[in-house]
Amino acid sequence: MSAGNHTVVGRRLPRVDALQQTTGQTQFADDLNPPGALVGRQLRSTHAHAAITSIDTVEAAALPGVKAVITGADLPITYGILPVSQDEHALALHRVRHVGEPVAAVAAIDAETAERALALIHVKYEPLTEVVTLDQALDPDRPLIHGEGDGQNVHRTAALEFGDVAEGFAAAGHVREDVYFFGGNTHAALETHAAVASCSPEGKVTLWSATQVPHYVHRALAKVLDIPAGRIRVIATPNGGGFGGKTDPFSHELVAAKLAMITGRPVKFNLSREDVFYAHRGRHPVLMWVKTGFESDGRITAMHFKSFLDGGAFGSYGTASLYYTGALQTSTYRIPNYCFEGMRVFTNKPACGPKRGHGTPQARFAIESQLDKAAADLGIDPVAIRVRNAVEPFSTTVNHLRITSCALNECIDAVVEQSGFHQKHGQLPEGRGVGLALGCYMSGAGLPIYFNKMPQSEVQLKVDRGGGVTVYSGATDIGQGSTSMLATVVAECLGLEPAELTMITADTDLTPVDLGSYSSRVTFMAGNAALEAATKVRTRLVEAVAAKLEAAVEDLEVANGRVGVLGDPESGVSWTEAVVLATAATGPLVESGSYTAPKLAGPYKGAGVGISPAYSYSACVVELEVDADTGMVDVDRVWIAHDIGKALNPLLCEGQVEGGVYMGLGEVLFEEQAFRDGLHRGPSLLDYKIPTSLETPTVHTTLIESDDPEGPYGAKEVGQGPLLPVIPAVANAIHDALGVHIDEVPITPDKIVAAMRDAARGGSGRVGPKGVPDFDFGELIRVEPPEGFVAP
Amino acid sequence: MSESFDLEVNGVAYPVSVDQSRNLLSVIREEIGLTGTKEGCDDCECGACMVLLDGQPVNSCSYLAVQAQGRSITTVEGVMQGDEMHVLQRKLLEEGGVQCGFCTPGMIMSAHALLDRTANPTPEDVRIGLSGNLCRCTGYAKILAAVEHAAAELG
Repeated sequence: MSAGNHTVVGRRLPRVDALQQTTGQTQFADDLNPPGALVGRQLRSTHAHAAITSIDTVEAAALPGVKAVITGADLPITYGILPVSQDEHALALHRVRHVGEPVAAVAAIDAETAERALALIHVKYEPLTEVVTLDQALDPDRPLIHGEGDGQNVHRTAALEFGDVAEGFAAAGHVREDVYFFGGNTHAALETHAAVASCSPEGKVTLWSATQVPHYVHRALAKVLDIPAGRIRVIATPNGGGFGGKTDPFSHELVAAKLAMITGRPVKFNLSREDVFYAHRGRHPVLMWVKTGFESDGRITAMHFKSFLDGGAFGSYGTASLYYTGALQTSTYRIPNYCFEGMRVFTNKPACGPKRGHGTPQARFAIESQLDKAAADLGIDPVAIRVRNAVEPFSTTVNHLRITSCALNECIDAVVEQSGFHQKHGQLPEGRGVGLALGCYMSGAGLPIYFNKMPQSEVQLKVDRGGGVTVYSGATDIGQGSTSMLATVVAECLGLEPAELTMITADTDLTPVDLGSYSSRVTFMAGNAALEAATKVRTRLVEAVAAKLEAAVEDLEVANGRVGVLGDPESGVSWTEAVVLATAATGPLVESGSYTAPKLAGPYKGAGVGISPAYSYSACVVELEVDADTGMVDVDRVWIAHDIGKALNPLLCEGQVEGGVYMGLGEVLFEEQAFRDGLHRGPSLLDYKIPTSLETPTVHTTLIESDDPEGPYGAKEVGQGPLLPVIPAVANAIHDALGVHIDEVPITPDKIVAAMRDAARGGSGRVGPKGVPDFDFGELIRVEPPEGFVAP
Repeated sequence: MSESFDLEVNGVAYPVSVDQSRNLLSVIREEIGLTGTKEGCDDCECGACMVLLDGQPVNSCSYLAVQAQGRSITTVEGVMQGDEMHVLQRKLLEEGGVQCGFCTPGMIMSAHALLDRTANPTPEDVRIGLSGNLCRCTGYAKILAAVEHAAAELG
């Protein structure tokens, strides 16, 4: 595409929807109030694990103002985001598996009536033994959460070896084994989940929902309601934050649609904050064991990584989450021999799923923490050990990941230099420290969630006779700026301004499919699809104008609202004239574009997770102060550099980086989705604290442009990657400050104080898990490294 | 028990007839129909429901509508000055202080109150002034900068 001389790409422009947002006019799902709408409410389980012996809804249904009451029997078809995990019911059928699981639902004329009706639904439970922890899940005497009888509640296992780790360890001069634990946490998007459903007299169901994945919700609705997909329309409303929390089909969406079908009236559900903690799908708690072999100069010879995921009550994305804990080790560091063994268990807690970084922040914490320990063992500094192992651009990893653009070394250089890391590490006064860590993330999952060969993103462009351009894309704006990204790409290609375009997004009736706003896929995939569609329009305009001017096509340019001779657009015709010429010459000016990722999966089961058309890279340095007596951590400054390929809009890209840093700091310092037996410890924002403006430090952001050969205008992802290095950078900085190792996230003051006391008593000054269960991951699948793979 | 009274929102007196237990947020959103003000937590923690009550920022989720009788309420819909954006809105827009936009209305109200009472706020004043408003997207940096620049422009 056009080289360097961009007119839109690279400019710090406001979001195209920012005027609506700042004036309170954005219509979020809960802002929709169709006439005659009923209020929906769900009755939730009070038991972590129980059989439902009876549900009596007679009294509730008889309450004046109640229009419908439904239970699991009304929606008996199972669903789940992954085809391999169809284990959820819209309302619990026969069994409840966590406190807060929806059991029944009502639609009533107002909220008060709906809530009174819930109190009149009588559910009889027969409690079952709870399975709440990893150890309990592995206890053969506990009941199975899915299925009947006793046994281990293992959802999935994975066991893969690439190269020969035994040989790698034998060749190592130094081998470390470490154990880490990453506590689970939740998205806490400020907007709670909400949905409105309606059903026309003809039987067409429309659902407006705060979802990141309207296409997948569309499929789930068709399945569970058992009606043709063509009779369902899903419109994703602007999400008031997503972060992965709105990426599954949810009970309230299915139930709203069913109640609208029954009552013939619109039905709205707006989940309470407490409800959202039960809907969850957040970060998995993961116990990890990592054994790594190093040569004396710090070069990695082999790594063996084991992960144990506490998945909660349902599959959700869990199979993918499991593989993600093992997939991106090798795309950050050159690991010549690599073994990954992982398992995920079911427990009687709200289901875990994808949260920003999906399965990779946990592993990142373990590996980056261990690297600092190994560097200390070997007398190498933390920068050198990372540079020595950093993955190289245009290489292939031992587990068959294709790496293209990669500016990891530039990222390291930027933050090390800006922070003065070398002058500070190990040299600051007691209680003050710096820490470094790296990260890598995908620009979109290489495969769709359900197997198909169709494009992963499609965009249509329509230019009307007055010159107006409408962009149709299924991509969902969750605050990350996907609509602005699409407008930027199209405007750049067509020589217009983003604000001139009309954007129609995330509506399954109006827009072609985009798989959704997850896995950092939208810029790369929808961006490329939009670029293809715009390029087709541009070509038709140029051809029509070339004919009129009797000029060569290659001598024309489209810029500043005109189509004319290169370098002198004033020579040509206005945009609108060009549109008229093209429409007269070749018919309606409507074009489409699509994106399908190249076939990248290696030859093994599980190879579909981790592949991506491009990877982003990040490096982060954190400087902080810790009070040795109270364990209070005060993060002073954060330097982060992110290889974004190309910053389509640096203003919005910086915002993603700053937001990722912020979320990482909350996770590492205090956020935890914690339980007492099967009961959530604090399902409210009073108890589940997230950082305010007072806890958020100054962040110095550097965007590094590696110009990805396949990205739209060279762009890669920015939504998730920058979170990854923040967490271990804090852990490493705390070690630098006090000499203690907190091998467990969140790193709360009590753990720091315990580690200090341990050190004072002559202990190792470490707080963290002692070990991992002795578990059989099943037969190890041995995979040959890719052809031509050269061990570093 | 239901009570009928006028609620003055953005200079308009709206007659409402609501139960005494209704919070101000739900009456503004559902009875008056101004949906710019948001509910994020219903716990006085997130600030998405912030409105000004006689110029003072109040979490409208935890304030009874009947208590607001005879007082002047300002919501995000009342911040525009005619066709002109308020400088706070313009700075937030221009400087990337908005991502998903859900916290933005409440953030604007708190910032508005801060600038009304503090002509030349220090960066620390701004951090404190906005500490009752959670934002899960931005990491606050661009919001804080936008408010500081708005204050500078207002002089």
